[in-house]
Amino acid sequence: MTETLTRPPVDATPPPRQPTKRRRRAVAEEPGKRWMIHVPLVLYLLFTLIPFYWMIVFAVRPTGSTQLVPWPITFEHFDTVWNDIGFGIFFYNSVVMGLGVLVFVTILSVMGGYALARFRFRGQRVFLLAMLCSQFIPGAMMLIPLFVIFKGLGLLNSITGLIIAEVAFQLPLSLILMSGFIRNISVELEEAAMVDGCSRLRAFFAVVLPQLKPALVAVGSFAFIGAWNQFLFALMFATRQDKFTLPVGLSFTLGEFNTDFGALAAGGVVAAVPVVLVFAVVQRFLVQGLSAGAVKG
Amino acid sequence: MRTRTWAPYALIAPTLVLMAVFLVYPIGSVVYYSLQRYNVTQPWKNGFAGLDNFKQMLFDDPLFWQSLAFSAKWVVVEVGLQLLLGLVLALIVNETFIGRGMARALVFSPWAVSGVLTTGIWILLLNPSTGIFQQLSQWGIGSPGTSVLGNPDTVFEALVVTELWRGVPFFAILLLADLQSIPKDLYEAASVDGASRWRRFTSVTLPHLKDAIILSTLLRAVWEFNNVDLIYTLTGGGPANQTTTLPLYVARQAVDSHNFGYGSALTVAGFLILLFFSIAYLRLSKFGSRA
Repeated sequence: MTETLTRPPVDATPPPRQPTKRRRRAVAEEPGKRWMIHVPLVLYLLFTLIPFYWMIVFAVRPTGSTQLVPWPITFEHFDTVWNDIGFGIFFYNSVVMGLGVLVFVTILSVMGGYALARFRFRGQRVFLLAMLCSQFIPGAMMLIPLFVIFKGLGLLNSITGLIIAEVAFQLPLSLILMSGFIRNISVELEEAAMVDGCSRLRAFFAVVLPQLKPALVAVGSFAFIGAWNQFLFALMFATRQDKFTLPVGLSFTLGEFNTDFGALAAGGVVAAVPVVLVFAVVQRFLVQGLSAGAVKG
Repeated sequence: MRTRTWAPYALIAPTLVLMAVFLVYPIGSVVYYSLQRYNVTQPWKNGFAGLDNFKQMLFDDPLFWQSLAFSAKWVVVEVGLQLLLGLVLALIVNETFIGRGMARALVFSPWAVSGVLTTGIWILLLNPSTGIFQQLSQWGIGSPGTSVLGNPDTVFEALVVTELWRGVPFFAILLLADLQSIPKDLYEAASVDGASRWRRFTSVTLPHLKDAIILSTLLRAVWEFNNVDLIYTLTGGGPANQTTTLPLYVARQAVDSHNFGYGSALTVAGFLILLFFSIAYLRLSKFGSRA
């Protein structure tokens, strides 16, 4: 897996002037066909980026302005949402929740994934089946019983409660993904280390964990983004404004007709920037991590 | 490593506890509530109801059937279009061109955006007073004051396009990952044999992608069926319940009318329907049949 990590730089600097033995050559051979890539790509880029641009424009131009390229820009909307509407607090809550879920989902999915990949134990099939089935449970439909449980456990209006519930819901899929990653790491090295006197735990940290890096990045970023975007639970289980997360705060600025569009846009930028940045950094690992075979389970 | 030890149980113990408390127990209580009259606003009527909730749902509630039909339409249209566009997008960004890394990061980025934020962004874009249609009408295209979300004739299309914006990257990422795992010599062998580009796609690429396509469409179908954030915040199920899905109907039963018994019966029905279709699909794909 370390090889897949170093592959992009190699790709980026092909030996000059040598015909590379890749199927991509087919495209290079037919320069006339390049429009078949460029035209749809540009169209799709427009579809992706115009909505983002529209939001940014609304966020930085004064109320009432209709300039498409706003200048001078203003930060009054950010000041409003961050200080007056409370996005500063929502942001903090979302960060705590995102990091908490990231840490617990990653650790627990490595533990469980390792158990599934490296042991045969009684009840394993049932466990796997239960986790697959859990994917069919609609979060929206669990609101009623979960509300009762949360109330009983005193977890209403608490970020800890949100973290626990979100971890429970994310864990099955992450765990299945992680067991796929671990299964793909050859077991021989690990066995060799254990023959040489390493405990299973030391063998894990010395042999398996270093090779798991892309998987950790993929699963961890999935977890963070999922938690950052969680809406229904956060809406149902937080009634006090100081416990709102960003999606909940944002949902209160929505409304098609009587909305402060500047505030909505600025709030949207605040909610979007961290995940989009995280995503831009990790998307390469995400594709590599998934292509390492996790999809095939 | 087939030793009999306690280690695997210790490793999955925390997961088991979490799943028991937050997944298994709630499912059990949903089933229990579904057989009860349980309405927070009318507690004096609470009690065992047998199958009354289900009878009402099946024979006496047109909105149940309407929301179910809309859910089916929503899932089929969304997943079909997302798969198609996602596949095309994955094939495009799998080619070599200048700025490919940047292009990938940009076209995939809506994947990271939440349903609520997607709603926010598209309300800015689609609202009749300051949205894109207003801008276009100033340039002489279309008419001013077009409200695609308030109009029963266009609300479905607007909803579909909005969810596509966020949903296509999911398929593109998964399929791109799988495209990259296709051995290059397969293509070379096919080229040597004189296979055209289209032929290489249908006889090398597609068969290789089959498993990934089956798994990703199933996962996505379940997620789209259960998708509440976007529809709830963008249309609220309206106009006139036209875009109410089954989970949204449940959420409204729970949140607005506090009719927990009936809402739970709807939940059980939705879960059974989903499970039935998923098992049929998994059987077809032979997923999980590892040696």
